[in-house]
Amino acid sequence: MYKILQRQDLVPNVHLFKIEAPAVARKCQAGQFIIVRVDEAGERIPLTIADWDKEEGSVTMVFMEVGATTRDLARLGAGDSVADFVGPLGLPTHADKFGTVVCVAGGVGVAVITPVARAMKQKGNKVISILGARNKDLIFWENELRAASDKLIVTTDDGTYGRKALVTEPLKELLQGEEKIDRVIAIGPTNMMKFSALTSKPFGVKTIVSLNPIMVDGTGMCGCCRVSVGGQTKFACVDGPDFDGHQVDWDLLLNRQRVYLDEEKRSVEHWQKAHAH
Amino acid sequence: MAKLNLNREEMPRQEPKVRAKNFNEVALGYSPEQALAEASRCIQCPKRPCTGGCPVSVDIPEFVKALRENNMPEAVRALKRKNALPGICGRVCPQETQCESVCTLEKKGAPVAVGRLERYVADWERVNPEAAERPTIQPPSGRKVAVVGSGPASLTAAADLAKAGHSVTMFEALHVAGGVLVYGIPEFRLPKEIVRNEVNYVTSLGVELKLDAVIGRIDTVDELLANSFDAVFLGTGAGLPMFLGVPGENLGGIYSANEFLTRTNLMKAYQFPKYGTPIRVGKNVAVIGAGNVAMDSARCALRLGAEKVYIVYRRSKAEMPARHEEVENAEEEGIIFKFLTNPIKFTGDERGNVKTMECVEMELGEPDASGRRRPVTKAGSNFVMDVDTVVVALGTTPNPLIASTTEGLKTTSHGTVVADEATGQTAKPRVWAGGDAVTGAATVISAMGAGKRAAASIDAYLKTLP
Repeated sequence: MYKILQRQDLVPNVHLFKIEAPAVARKCQAGQFIIVRVDEAGERIPLTIADWDKEEGSVTMVFMEVGATTRDLARLGAGDSVADFVGPLGLPTHADKFGTVVCVAGGVGVAVITPVARAMKQKGNKVISILGARNKDLIFWENELRAASDKLIVTTDDGTYGRKALVTEPLKELLQGEEKIDRVIAIGPTNMMKFSALTSKPFGVKTIVSLNPIMVDGTGMCGCCRVSVGGQTKFACVDGPDFDGHQVDWDLLLNRQRVYLDEEKRSVEHWQKAHAH
Repeated sequence: MAKLNLNREEMPRQEPKVRAKNFNEVALGYSPEQALAEASRCIQCPKRPCTGGCPVSVDIPEFVKALRENNMPEAVRALKRKNALPGICGRVCPQETQCESVCTLEKKGAPVAVGRLERYVADWERVNPEAAERPTIQPPSGRKVAVVGSGPASLTAAADLAKAGHSVTMFEALHVAGGVLVYGIPEFRLPKEIVRNEVNYVTSLGVELKLDAVIGRIDTVDELLANSFDAVFLGTGAGLPMFLGVPGENLGGIYSANEFLTRTNLMKAYQFPKYGTPIRVGKNVAVIGAGNVAMDSARCALRLGAEKVYIVYRRSKAEMPARHEEVENAEEEGIIFKFLTNPIKFTGDERGNVKTMECVEMELGEPDASGRRRPVTKAGSNFVMDVDTVVVALGTTPNPLIASTTEGLKTTSHGTVVADEATGQTAKPRVWAGGDAVTGAATVISAMGAGKRAAASIDAYLKTLP
C-alpha cells in the first residue's frame, strides 16, 4: 500500500496527490510515468509524474476525473492509500542544450510539462511556454510553469483569461517570428498534440510529444500501448512515452484510445450504482 | 499377486459444455480411492527412470510409495524435498515428455500418472497444512541474495537459497507474485489460489517479497550488487510479445496473447465491471499460433462469450507445440482448428476495429533448422475470414530492460541472457540467470530446474566468501 501524503483540488475534477513512494522518488526524471491501481478490484492506469521529492520520498501526480477509476481515486484523501504505485516507467524526456525550446501544455498537460520545462531550463535553454485551457476556471499551475520558463503565454478557448486562442496560434506565430525556435515539446490531449505537431511540421522544427495510449502493465510485456512512429510499431511504455510528433500515426492512436468506449461507459454506470447515496 | 493394471485411473473433469462457460478448474483431481489405485500401479522399479526424467529430480518412487501406504505426511516430505511448487507442477508440467515418458510401464501400457499423483499430494497438503513438517532451514549465513522476478525459476531459486540460510529478497514488477503462473496460465488450468498458496510457502521460508518493483527502473542490477547484495539471480522470463508484422496489425481488437491473458487472468477482466479492467471479445475470434499460450487464449475467448474461436496455424496438426491434453480439451470445448493457414493482412471497420483477416494456405516443404517442415505459401490461395477479435500467440522473447541497464551482461541476438547451463552463471561476476530469460519461452518445470541449479551454484559461491 502507498500512502497519500497530500491531496489538493486544483480545479473542478482535477486533483493533485502526493504519494509516499521513496524507491520511485529516488529515480524519477522528467517525462516518466507511474502505473497506479486503486484497490484489489482496480485496473492499472498510467499517470505522468508531475513532481517528486527525493528527500521526502514522495511522488506527485495530477489527474482528471474522466471515468470509474479516476473517480475511485478522487474519493481518496490524505492518509488513505492506493494498492499499487509502480515506477518510474518509460524513458525520461531527452534534455539537452537545444537553444530555444517552446513548451506547449494543454489542459492537465501543464502538470506534466512543468518538470520538463524545468529540466530544459537547467540545461541552459531559453524556454517559452504556452499554457492552454478551455476556460479561466480550468487553469492551474500558471505560476509554477511561469517560474520554470523565461516567458509564458496563456490562452483560453473562450477568451475568459489570457488570449482567446487555441495553443497552436501563438505556437505558429513563434515559429514564424524572428527568433529561431530549436525544439517544440507538446503535452496534453491527443488532438492538441496532433495539431501542435501539424503546426510545427512545415517549419521543420523537431517536435516531441508525450503519447497517452491505453496501457496495462507499463513494462513492455503486452503491447497494448503500441503506436506507429515513422511506420514502425513502438511500445509507448518502454520506447516512449516521448516520440517525434512528426512521425506519429495520430489517427491510429486516436482509434486505439477509443477501443473500450462502450466498456468505459458500462464501468461508469456500475460505479454510479455502487456509489449511489 | 494381482495382475498389473495397464490402464491409468482417469481423472474426473468438468463436462465440456459446462466448463466452456466458466473459469473453474477443468480437471477435478483424484478421489482418495483413485489416487490409491493409481499409486498401486507403480512397480517401484529399481532403475527409477522417472526421477531422471524430472528436471528437478523428484524422488518419485518414494512419494508414490508413501502415498500407497497412506502415509500422506511422508508423501509430502518426499515430494517437497526436491520440488517447492508441486501443486503447480502436477497441473502444468508436460509429464508426457518428462517423467511419464520414461516410466517402465510406458513400454507395456499407460505410464503411472505421476503428475496427477503429485497434484493429489500437493492438494492434500493444502487442506491439511498442520500435517506438513517445516523444512529445515540452515542457520543464517549473513549473505544476501536478490532474486529478480517471481516466476517459477525465481520461486524455486528463492526457496532453495532461503533453506540454505541466506537472506533472500525477491523483486517483482507486477502487483502479484508468480509470473506466468498468475498472468499467463488461466484459472481453469491453474487456480490462482494454488499459486498464492505456493508463493506463501516460499515467503514462509523467510523470503522477502517486494511487489511493484521494476528492477532496471528503481535499482539496477549493478546498484543491487553495490547496495549490499552478495549475488543476484535473474529470473525475469521472456515477456516481450512477438507480432506478425503484417498490415493492419495495430487495429483495435488485435491483442498479443500476453495482453489478452493478462487482462483475463491477472486483472480478472472476465468479471468486468466488478473488476475494473475491460476486455473486448467479439463473435468470431482468431488465435494465431498453436502452442499452449494459443490454447489458453482460445479457451479464454470461448469462456468470455465468443461464438466461434479459431486456432490459426501455419503448420499442420502434427507440428503443434501445445500439450496433447490441452489440444484435446480445446477440441472438446469446440475450438475450431485451421491448419496450414497464415494471416497476411487485417482490415478494419469505420471505428478502426478489426473486421477481416486475409489468409493464405500453406503446404509443408523441407525441414528447417529446427527440424520442423517449413511451411510454404500456396500461390493464389488467398481467402478472407470475418473476425472481430484476434489474439497473436506467436511466442515471446526476453524484455530488454535488464540487459540494457546492466553493465557487462552478455546476451544473444535473440535477447536471451548467456548463462552456463549447469550453473546458471552469467558473464557478469556475482550474477546468475535461469528460466525463460536464458532459454526463451519454455516450460515451468525447466525454469524450476534452472532455478534449482543456479541456487546450488550461488550457495556454493557464497560459502567461499570470507
